[in-house]
Amino acid sequence: MDRLEASLPRVAARRAAAGSLLENRDALGWAMVAPALFLLGAFLAYPFLLGVWLSFTDSRIANPGRFVGLENFRYLVGDGVFRLAVLNTLLYAGVAVVLKFVLGFALALLVDREFRGKRFVRAAMLLPWIVPTSLSALVFYWIYDSQFSVLTWVLRAVGLVDRSVNYLGDPNLARASLIAANVWRGVPFFAIGLLAGLQTVPRELYEAAAMDGAGPWARFRWITWPLLVPVAVVVTVFSTIMTVGDFQLIWIVTKGGPANATHLFGTLAYQRAVQGGFLGEGAAVAVFVLPVLVACVALAYRALRRED
Amino acid sequence: MRHRFERVTRRRFLKDTARAASALALSAWGLEAGRKASDAQELTFPVERGASLRVLRWSQFVTTDRPIFEENAARFTQRTGVPVRVEYETWTDVQPKAAAAANVGSGPDIVIGFFDEPHLWADKLVPVTDLAQYLGRKYGGWFDVCPQYGYSPQRNAWIAIPIGAPGVALNYRISWVREAGFDPDPARFPKTTDDFLRLCRALKARGHPTGFALGKAVGDGNTWVHWCLWAFGGRAVAPDNRTITINSPETANALEYARALYETMIPGVAGWLDPHNNRAFLAGEVSLTNNGISIYFAAKNDFPEIARDMNHAFFPVGPVGRPTELHLFSQAYIFNYTRYPNAAKEFLRWIMEDTQYGRWINGMLGYVSHPLKAYTDLAVWRADPKHLPFRDAVARMLPHSYAGRPGPEAARALAEFVIVDMFADACTGRRSVRDAIRAAEDRLRRIYRS
Repeated sequence: MDRLEASLPRVAARRAAAGSLLENRDALGWAMVAPALFLLGAFLAYPFLLGVWLSFTDSRIANPGRFVGLENFRYLVGDGVFRLAVLNTLLYAGVAVVLKFVLGFALALLVDREFRGKRFVRAAMLLPWIVPTSLSALVFYWIYDSQFSVLTWVLRAVGLVDRSVNYLGDPNLARASLIAANVWRGVPFFAIGLLAGLQTVPRELYEAAAMDGAGPWARFRWITWPLLVPVAVVVTVFSTIMTVGDFQLIWIVTKGGPANATHLFGTLAYQRAVQGGFLGEGAAVAVFVLPVLVACVALAYRALRRED
Repeated sequence: MRHRFERVTRRRFLKDTARAASALALSAWGLEAGRKASDAQELTFPVERGASLRVLRWSQFVTTDRPIFEENAARFTQRTGVPVRVEYETWTDVQPKAAAAANVGSGPDIVIGFFDEPHLWADKLVPVTDLAQYLGRKYGGWFDVCPQYGYSPQRNAWIAIPIGAPGVALNYRISWVREAGFDPDPARFPKTTDDFLRLCRALKARGHPTGFALGKAVGDGNTWVHWCLWAFGGRAVAPDNRTITINSPETANALEYARALYETMIPGVAGWLDPHNNRAFLAGEVSLTNNGISIYFAAKNDFPEIARDMNHAFFPVGPVGRPTELHLFSQAYIFNYTRYPNAAKEFLRWIMEDTQYGRWINGMLGYVSHPLKAYTDLAVWRADPKHLPFRDAVARMLPHSYAGRPGPEAARALAEFVIVDMFADACTGRRSVRDAIRAAEDRLRRIYRS
């Protein structure tokens, strides 16, 4: 009983302290964001910084290695396979993003009109984006099969080719095939993003322009496009980041072959760091992509600020 | 050789009787190897109190593998009280998982993986010299390639127990080989690289191309190009594991030969991954390829007419005059972070003993070839003459690191497909033979220098 009485003031004091903490806006703010900060720090900042650190070491699997400065980067600059991977990545991302933008924009303009079954079409066009990448990659693996390709079968049926097409055996054809698969998967992202932008354009502007005698091209050039630019930039930047970092499609369909013709940063980094065991060098391959991604993020940030 | 004239003592009589009885009992499993069991001193490892084990291994290639492996594990648990949890990964994904475990010092106690894996983290493993020596003594010795994979000069100890090798052999259509004017009997199948090329050309001329993977096919691509390279005397690195020797006339000869072979292949092989040749063979698109016994299984299940019309043969021998095959070598190792090293060693001993190992390998129907000589007489190798070429896979193979030793550099060269790419470049004409060799030399230099 005595002990209970003695503990009561302590409990009251603790409650008072907790109460004052809740009253303190700064402390409460930090307490509220702490879980998010912890998650970001543990699962984003730490792995990222560790990756950057590893790129400056000769670390191997099960061997922490030592600091080697820029040695990994020097090595990579002189490495033909890495240089090929850089070219592949630029080509892959450049061509795929442009095609995705053009096709996505066309699709967005199309489904922005009123027609029967509009909602169904809008939902259906998202399918390539919704399907797990690994699954769609497996489908393309079959579509591009050198002996059993359905695409070849169709081309043969219509008389366009008379023999099997070597989609993944020829370097340029393999690159083109993978770009086509990426475009198929990525067009809905552009279409939906740009469609959302198109929906925000006030209809009155079009009506006013029409009364002033503006034709479809003039309305697009002077109304739609200027108002859509911020959204288009953001969508393009996000898509570029995702395309540059692509891994699953390449790994499942070609594993970077034939003869490294389709290696991107991600697949080469994985091959060297995890399969080859050279963590430092693999990390350096991944870190090389940072300037590209940072430039993309800066662009997006600028576009978002302009939108504000 | 010793010739002994010994008296028949009571002890000797009992010993011989026991030996005969055990041989008869084991013959139910086709394990004549068991006859030698009583010759060796038995070895057991006292398992730690409260021990339990996690085993990471490759997913089954054939459906009969997993039940037998798990039954063996369950019987181990019954006998020792040590629970065993077995986890499965696709064979190419075992290494990344094991790498993560090695790096963080936590994960499975035992890993059954491939090729150099133990040498990538040699100092993180429990030495198993006692177990390796015991098994070698008891079962007629290890095949030559086994110590090269299992023994670590760095640790001066065995760091892994060879489990066996999913063997790779030439798979061919009997009727088409006969049609091409060659004897399809495996015993009379072309034994030299010249005869083999003649066969491939004859097959192609009759509309039955061959097919050998030149894409990033970990198994099928690596096995045939390494065979070809070594058959002509080419090799990536010297025995000092330092000097790059790929740029040689022998390598050039190998590539010229491969180019000639490539002309007999179906279009598209440059992009082939591991499954492609299975499908092409079963579809009747190719008459000859290199593969494990899996095509034959699939044919027996789904295409019996192809199963009847196919057979297997060894890779031919090249100018070097001896077998130069590469097979997918598997071995088991124990991480030293395990709290139960004795239990882990006892488990490996248990699965490698004739009763368990014989059942397991027999159950895999020839997919895995044994590393211990006594297992050459397992029933599986007598069950079907078409299994026979897979029996000697481990006996005939060279390590992928040849003429160097397994380790991080060889692992990296294999992971980066240096040799496969060199062959692909030369065969497809993307590079001249000379340039393909130079590119490979450059990459090997970088790998072995680093």
